[in-house]
Parts: sequence; C-alpha cells; structure tokens
Amino acid sequence: MSPDKPPEAPAVSSTRLVLTLALAGLVSGVAIIGIYEVTLPTITANKARELREAVFKVVPGVTQMQKLVYKNGELVPTTVTEKDEQPVYGGYDADGSFIGYAIPGAGPGFQDIIGLLYGYKPDQKVVTGMEILENRETPGLGDKIYKDAEFVANFKALSVEPEIIPVKKGKKSLPNEVDVITGATISSKAVVRIINETHTTWSTRLPQPGSEPLMTKPEQAADETK
Amino acid sequence: MKQKDPDLLLLHAPLLHQGMTTPSAMRDVLYALMPVTVAALWFFGLGALLVLGACIAGAVLTEWFFSISEKRGESLLDASAILTGLLLGLTLPPGLPIWMAFLGGVVAIGLGKVIWGGLGHNLFNPALLGRAFLLATFPIPMTTWTSLRGSESFFHVSASNLALPFMQTKVDIVSSASPLGLMKFEQEVTPLTNLMFGNTLGSLGETSGVLLLLGGIYLWIRRDLDWRIPVSILLTVVMFSGGLTLVDAVRFPSPLFSIFSGGLLLGAIYMATDPVTSPLTPRGTWIFGIGVGVLVVLIRVFGGLPEGVMYAILLMNAATPLIDRYTQPRIFGR
Amino acid sequence: MARNEHEAYETFIKGIWRDNPVFVQVLGMCPMLAVTNSAINAVAMGGATLFVLVGSSFLVASFKQWIPKQVRISGFIIIIATFVTVADYTLLALVPKVHKELGAFIPLIVANCMILGRQEAFASRNTVRLAVMDALGTSGGFMVALFSLGAIREILGNGSLFGVDLFGEHFEPWVIMILPPGGFLTLGLILLFFNWVTQQKDKFIEQVAEAERVASDG
Repeated sequence: MSPDKPPEAPAVSSTRLVLTLALAGLVSGVAIIGIYEVTLPTITANKARELREAVFKVVPGVTQMQKLVYKNGELVPTTVTEKDEQPVYGGYDADGSFIGYAIPGAGPGFQDIIGLLYGYKPDQKVVTGMEILENRETPGLGDKIYKDAEFVANFKALSVEPEIIPVKKGKKSLPNEVDVITGATISSKAVVRIINETHTTWSTRLPQPGSEPLMTKPEQAADETK
Repeated sequence: MKQKDPDLLLLHAPLLHQGMTTPSAMRDVLYALMPVTVAALWFFGLGALLVLGACIAGAVLTEWFFSISEKRGESLLDASAILTGLLLGLTLPPGLPIWMAFLGGVVAIGLGKVIWGGLGHNLFNPALLGRAFLLATFPIPMTTWTSLRGSESFFHVSASNLALPFMQTKVDIVSSASPLGLMKFEQEVTPLTNLMFGNTLGSLGETSGVLLLLGGIYLWIRRDLDWRIPVSILLTVVMFSGGLTLVDAVRFPSPLFSIFSGGLLLGAIYMATDPVTSPLTPRGTWIFGIGVGVLVVLIRVFGGLPEGVMYAILLMNAATPLIDRYTQPRIFGR
Repeated sequence: MARNEHEAYETFIKGIWRDNPVFVQVLGMCPMLAVTNSAINAVAMGGATLFVLVGSSFLVASFKQWIPKQVRISGFIIIIATFVTVADYTLLALVPKVHKELGAFIPLIVANCMILGRQEAFASRNTVRLAVMDALGTSGGFMVALFSLGAIREILGNGSLFGVDLFGEHFEPWVIMILPPGGFLTLGLILLFFNWVTQQKDKFIEQVAEAERVASDG
C-alpha cells in the first residue's frame, strides 16, 4: 500500500506551487476569520465578566464599573483598549455615585510575576479587598496568598498610609499591618510590596477625593452577562 | 576509598592489601555517626528513633527488593543502604510523620541509587536526593521544626510522627523557626553555644556541631574521609560570609554562626565527602569544596530559602564528572 | 472488504498500544510534561490534539494528489495551523479556565512533531479511511498517555480526580507531583513500566518459541 520511498516528484511549474499554497492560505485564512468572528463575542463577554466579578469583590458595595485611564494629567473614562495602557477601574453604586477604585498591580513573587487587583477608597485611604489574578507560587505554600482566607481578610480594611508593613503572624496591631503566612513569608511580603508600589505610583495620579470622574453611562450589565 | 595522596601512587609489585574494604569504610562512618544519633535521641526523644528507623527501613527494604530482582544478594551486606537511611534520617525534622520518612528512604535508594546501576554509579548523593524529594513533596512538614523534648518524658512521641500514611498531621504541633529561619526572616541570632551543643531547633542530626566535628575527626584518623572537602567547604564559607559580615553585620550572620547553624557540618563532613559523588583528584576536591561553600552562602544569603547546603552539594555532585575530567593528572611525558 | 475492515482496525489499535506516540515513540513530550498536572487539563489537551490530528489527516489524505510534493510540508503546516487556531478559539470561548491553564501549549500543538509526522508518514500515502483511523488511533494513544499521567499526578498531588476530592480533607498532597519535576518523575516511571512489560512479553514469546522448537525437534 504505502511504498517505503515516495516516487520521484514529477516536475511541477513554480506557478502551480505558488498557486497551491496561495489557495491553501486563502482557505485557511477564511476559516480562521470565520471562527474568530463566531467566538469573539463569547470571549469578550467572558473576559469582561471575569473582570467585573474581581472588581465587585475587591470594592464591596459596587454594582457598576467603568474603565479609567490616566491621560494628560487626569483620569478619564474610556471604553477602548489601547496598547500598554495602565487602567484602573472606578466602582459606583446603583445611583452612579463613586465608591472606590479597583487598581491592578503586578510584581515579582517567589517564582514568577504575581498579578493582582486591589480595591481602594481614596477618601479613607484604605484598601478594601485584594484578589490575585495571576500567579505561579508554589502549590500548598505560596498559593496561600489567595487560598488562605485569613490572609486575604487582612486586606479588607487596610490602611495604606503610612505604607503597609508585613508582620509575623498574629502580631497585627496597627491598621497598616498585615499578618504574613507562616511558611510563605516571601509570597506574602511580595503581595504587600506590590500593593505599596502600585499605591505610590497611583496616589499622585488619582484626583482629589470627591472629584472622581462620574459614571458616564448606565452600564448594560444584564446584556453582557447573558 | 581514597588514598592519602593519590599523586604518589606510582607503585609496583609486590602490592600489599591495606585491609580497607567498602563495608569496613561504611561501618566506620556508621560508628562516627553514633554520637550524633544518640544526641538526637536525647534531644528529641523516641520520635527521633521512629523517624530514623523508618528511613533505614525504607532504604534497606528497597535495596533488598531490587537485589532479589537483580539477583545481586551481596549489595545488602556492605551496609551502604543502612548508612543512606541513617544520613537521610538525620537531615529530617524530628516531627516528620514516619510514613514520609519511610517514603524518603525508598526514594533515596530507588531513585538515588538503584536506578543508576547501584553503588558506585550514582551521580547524586542518595540521602540528599531523598531529602530533596521530600522537601519538594511535603514542603510544610519538612520545614516544621518541633521543639526540643525539654522536660517531657523520653518516651513521649509527637502526634505528628504517627500520622496515618497519606494523611496530614491532625494536631497543631508546637513549632518554631530554625536558627537559620530566624536569621533570615526575623534577624534574630541564636547564641553560639546553643548551636555548638545542640540546644536548638533543627533537623535531627544538625543540632550539635561539636559531635559532628568529633565524628569527622574520627573518620579523618581512620583515613575514611578526604579532609580536603570539609576543610575547603568550611574555609570558603568562613571567608565568604566573613566578608559579607564586614559589609553589614546585621543582615549577614557571622562566620561562626554560618558554620554551626543548619546542616552545614553534617553536609560538609558526611555528605559532600561521599566518595562516589565527589571528585577523585586532589585539585578536583578543592574545586568541589569551594563550589559547595560559595553556593551555600549564596543560597542562604541571597536565595529564597533559609538553608542551601542540600542544593549546594547536589549541584556540585552534578558538576563532579566534569571536574574529574578537567583535573585529571596528565600522563607523564605527554 | 473484510480485509479492509481488519486493516483499519489494526491501524487504529497500533496507535493506541503498540506504537503509542508517548510510551513507545516518545513523541509530543512538551505538552505531555507541561499540561498534565490535572486530569481535566490533560483531557482537554488530548481532545484538542485529537481534533487537530483527525481533521488534518482527513484533509491531507483527501487532497494528497493535488498537493505537489515540493510544497507538501508547507501545505501540511497550513492545514494543521488552521485546525489549531480553530481549537484555540473554541476552547477560549467554551472553557476559559482550562484555556488559561493550558496557555501557550494550545498554539504549540502546531509544533507537535507527532502530528506532522503522521501527515508525512501516513496520511499523505493512504486512503482517507485509513488516514482517519490512524489519526484516531494515534491521538487516542496520546490521550491515554496524557490522561494516565494527569490522573496519577492529580491524585497524588492534589488528592482529587477531575476536581472531585478522593481522600477527605486530611490528605497530605504530594506537592512535587503538580510541579514540573513530578511530570518528569511520573513519565519516567511509566516508561520504565512500559519497557518492563514489553521485555517480559518478548521473553515469554521467546520461551514459547523455544518450547515449540524443542517439541517439534523431539
């Protein structure tokens, strides 16, 4: 059936070679565009839902949100995605009044970059919650930074000024201290460091408390999650 | 076993048998480890005996199992499996569940020795390989240091030792950080006398520096040990960490603390000197020792872990064939 | 016709067991080691590979006489890459969590030498029917290997299978098993076992042949 050696390839004009590949490329391109068009709405909706859930978790009481970017010295609402943008997310209650920011931060952990999102109330200067988005910390040890409910609870009402200080487990006494996880000191300190660094970057960029950008449009939350 | 000075091995017949064999050398090392073992029992009670026994049982049973299937019965007789089990046990925390210790013994012999072709063919020190496996597999139990026996009865066994196979310890054991952990994370220095005589937390065999040194001297007198390796490791650690202490005495521990804390003495005297996994030439042993010393300080001071002796030795084990190759004495006249 | 049935069946079984791409040919190691830290990831990877391999084998075998020999590899790659992209977007839309875990390894199916190898060695020289059977067998064998590795690693490393807890809350997980070294260790042990079985089988066949020879001589 199948010969060990394929027969000598017959001489074929290069035009035919080019045409064959071009045709294959064309068909393939059409197929890829097709699947992209079909799946894109679901993919975007999934991503948006994930982000919303994270934002709602870190800033309690929020029912709608909008993306804000820092442009020309002020924070402006936007809906488009740009390259290398550094967005924060504004959280608002049902009436559209401002509650707090959800700020993404990233930095080196024990093994790889830890990406997180934390909620921040500028009027009280407190962190209201923290959610790990990406990490490669050691399972069973470093991954306690999001699996250990006690550690995560540290960030529910945490003062960021003066900067957050990690202390040994059980020694938390001041509002700006965090109990580190026994056995995962490096990972927990990394989380604290990322929040401190991100806060330093953003504290100058955020507008005065009370003059936050308004909710631009009532969000069609129901449409997106359908 | 190593001769006193292989450079001078230009002998011709008649040759005399020195009386030294692999089993006799292994037995010597076992004798040298006896004081440390007894001290471990004294400090930690019966639990220590259980951990050590489980390691040895795991190692010996694995050796026995493979020697049947390979039809090589004699490999049990040279006591090397017992030694591997004991060395592994001495690097483990006293409160480790004994099923983990047993598993460590199985891995040490199975993956550390048998799979390479038996004694003399392994690239890595089997005991340290077993420990590396355990540390990667059970990071929390392997870094939980139970407190010393203190006034408890000798026969008191920590509940964590008796955890059922595949299960965690159900009770919270009283634990604390080892001297190296205290240094790294809290900048707390443990008094030197405690480190030297063993009143500190740590693995079974790494608490008492003086007894480890005594065993090393015994081995050196018996010519079972290449003195260059421990000496070069310790000298390198003293010089490197001494230099760092001059820069910043708070962040970097003093050289004496570096030597007597953690598993450095145990590793330098009993593990790095394993004749199978260390270089053969005198020049090679110096390179090996310096490499281990530098890595130990680098990992301890700049790495993510408080202790680095195990990884330092394993890394240099991997470099040993290369070192041997480049330090081979040239044949005269070529 | 009966002969054809038999041949198709043989082709299928060959890929699952005797020529198993992982345990015998040791192909496709990259996804094998990288994504088998849980059974669900392993099965998703196996499913994606099955889809790509069966789809491209079918197309390659159907169009083999129109693809000039000189550009066949480029042709195969275009076909494979198309299927991979389709699989990538479909997984991203349907199971975003699994897609996140598999990460770059879905696009990397293009580079899985097992797939290109089947096109070059089998699909481009056989009928469509046989090519599809071969693709099913090979990717089935790949799936079996991925699943066994994933199951062992998840059971030991997490105490669960497909996310279902097996041993209760006091199970002590073997963390190493869900880390990369655990993949190497488990794969090595499985290969050891596979070789041992093959060896025992060969020995047995030899003994039977020897006995038969002695019997016929006597």
